[in-house]
Amino acid sequence: MHFLIHRLASMFLVLFVIITATFLLMHAIPGGPFTTEKNLPEAIQKNMEERYHLNDPLWKQYADYLAHVASGDLGPSFKYENRSVNDLIRESFPVSAELGVIAIFWAICLGIPAGIIAAVYHNRWPDYIAMFLTTIGISVPGFILAALLIFVFALQLGWLPAALWEGPSSTVLPALALTGLPTAFIARLTRSGMLEVLNQDYIRTVRAKGLSQYTILTRHALKNALIPVVTYLGPLIAGILTGSFVIETIFAIPGLGRHFVTSIYNRDYTVILGITIFYSALLVTLNLLVDIVYALLDPRIKLNEGKDD
Amino acid sequence: MHITPSAFHRTPFPQEPLSTASATGTSYWQDAWRRLQNNKLAIAGLIFILLITLAAIAGPHFSGYSYADQNLPEANQPPSSMHWFGTDNLGRDLMTRVLYGARISLSIGIAASLINLTVGVLYGGIAGYAGGRIDNIMMRIVDILYGIPLLLYVILLMVVLGPGLLNIFLALGLVYWLGMARIVRGQILTIKKQEYVLAARLTGASSARILLRHLIPNSIGPILITTTLAIPEAIFTEAFLSFIGLGVSAPMASWGVLASEGVVSLRSYPFQLLYPALAISITMLSFNFLGDGLRDSLDPRMRK
Repeated sequence: MHFLIHRLASMFLVLFVIITATFLLMHAIPGGPFTTEKNLPEAIQKNMEERYHLNDPLWKQYADYLAHVASGDLGPSFKYENRSVNDLIRESFPVSAELGVIAIFWAICLGIPAGIIAAVYHNRWPDYIAMFLTTIGISVPGFILAALLIFVFALQLGWLPAALWEGPSSTVLPALALTGLPTAFIARLTRSGMLEVLNQDYIRTVRAKGLSQYTILTRHALKNALIPVVTYLGPLIAGILTGSFVIETIFAIPGLGRHFVTSIYNRDYTVILGITIFYSALLVTLNLLVDIVYALLDPRIKLNEGKDD
Repeated sequence: MHITPSAFHRTPFPQEPLSTASATGTSYWQDAWRRLQNNKLAIAGLIFILLITLAAIAGPHFSGYSYADQNLPEANQPPSSMHWFGTDNLGRDLMTRVLYGARISLSIGIAASLINLTVGVLYGGIAGYAGGRIDNIMMRIVDILYGIPLLLYVILLMVVLGPGLLNIFLALGLVYWLGMARIVRGQILTIKKQEYVLAARLTGASSARILLRHLIPNSIGPILITTTLAIPEAIFTEAFLSFIGLGVSAPMASWGVLASEGVVSLRSYPFQLLYPALAISITMLSFNFLGDGLRDSLDPRMRK
């Protein structure tokens, strides 16, 4: 309980730092959000700044913004009239979330077995193949992997659609492209965790008891070997999320990631600001959840202990 | 037998140790180098990195084309004896652009990881050496920053600073030093407590000597590994930034810019993606192999 309060407090501190930093960064941009527009008449410029409260003193804008964010309102879009950042998130986040969940599912279903196989056949050819593939997974940027998948499976073979978000078949390629890096990471973590566990005495004991290889792996070794994988869940979600910017743009998927990239192209500052804060809050919350799960899984980690390495 | 005093003669007091050790001990670095040489993948990576660095320095001078000159009649040509990698949509020689892109991408990787090295070593070193309350406060700050999705802030910084090579150095270097700070601090803390440091202190060594002779040399392994692995990370991030339109400005082109241009013309001219994509991937692979190899050879305890 003490741990929870402590973590919640530090989570709010992080969120506060995030909002402040984001706000200040956005206001450090020379000129306003309307300076890119073709020479507006003075009066219109004034009116627009008036409407979006841009000529209030900075501290007042900041206080207003904090109050709005605290009440869950991320403000209007500067580029699209009558469309708020909240609308945008409500419309497009479910798509991104669906893609993200599919990708995480793939990463776990492919990564963990690959890591186990590599560890069991340590320094033999299945290990070499798995390690070679994971190193490639770590070395090829997501958008290149995506382009490669489109080229082979959509353009050359014509098996799967090259873009858009219509039906299950269109989820396969983007999910695979998104999952390349995390799968490789999970496989490596599982492998090294497994190698460490398999050398321990209690594994020798169950082996001596005559349990089958399958029971040893699933019942005894896996539980401990997967602890590093659980700690990776936080960065995994972050990676899937930032990966989605690129993947959604390439596959023309109407998700939040693509809107974020579009808003960067358009310099739509309130949308950039709003989505950054939304994503940060999401990640910080998920990280907290991962920490709690982690502490529940591994009794050696005391919940009330501070973070020290 | 008659012994006279003349049979004795005075030997000078030995200035040097009586026996200079005949078997020279292998130093930490020789040992590490030997272990690294046994790792074929790491050596292959090292050789490739040296080659691509040479090509990046010398290549653009010898290709006979400029990276920026447009030649519209020769646009979108497939690879030929004139243009080994073909030409892009403005008729620029792709091989020259890939070689020139190597310069940009490698300098981004190296500069960003040097900034992150400097900031991280200073920050972590001070925190670890000072210890106590200062350490506590400094590391609490790092913890808070760690909870923030950093890539989002690199993006924000780039939006604020505007595209450009120097801004990429800054944004990447200033955001990604956290990991280095943690590692250096952890190292310093462990080493500081060890007996030989206490022994050095007892024999009257000054703080500066302890820091320079013991703490820093003994942390160099992990620092080197982290730096090597930070270079591909920076190249990767830059490619990502280029893809979302926040990379270096035209006509300059990093591998990331070239690859994202290649993605656009994937349907009609797939070769335009092939070469930059290969360049990025093989370089990343080399740095990762080298980094893993360094980890195994410099720090056998971290071996996995």
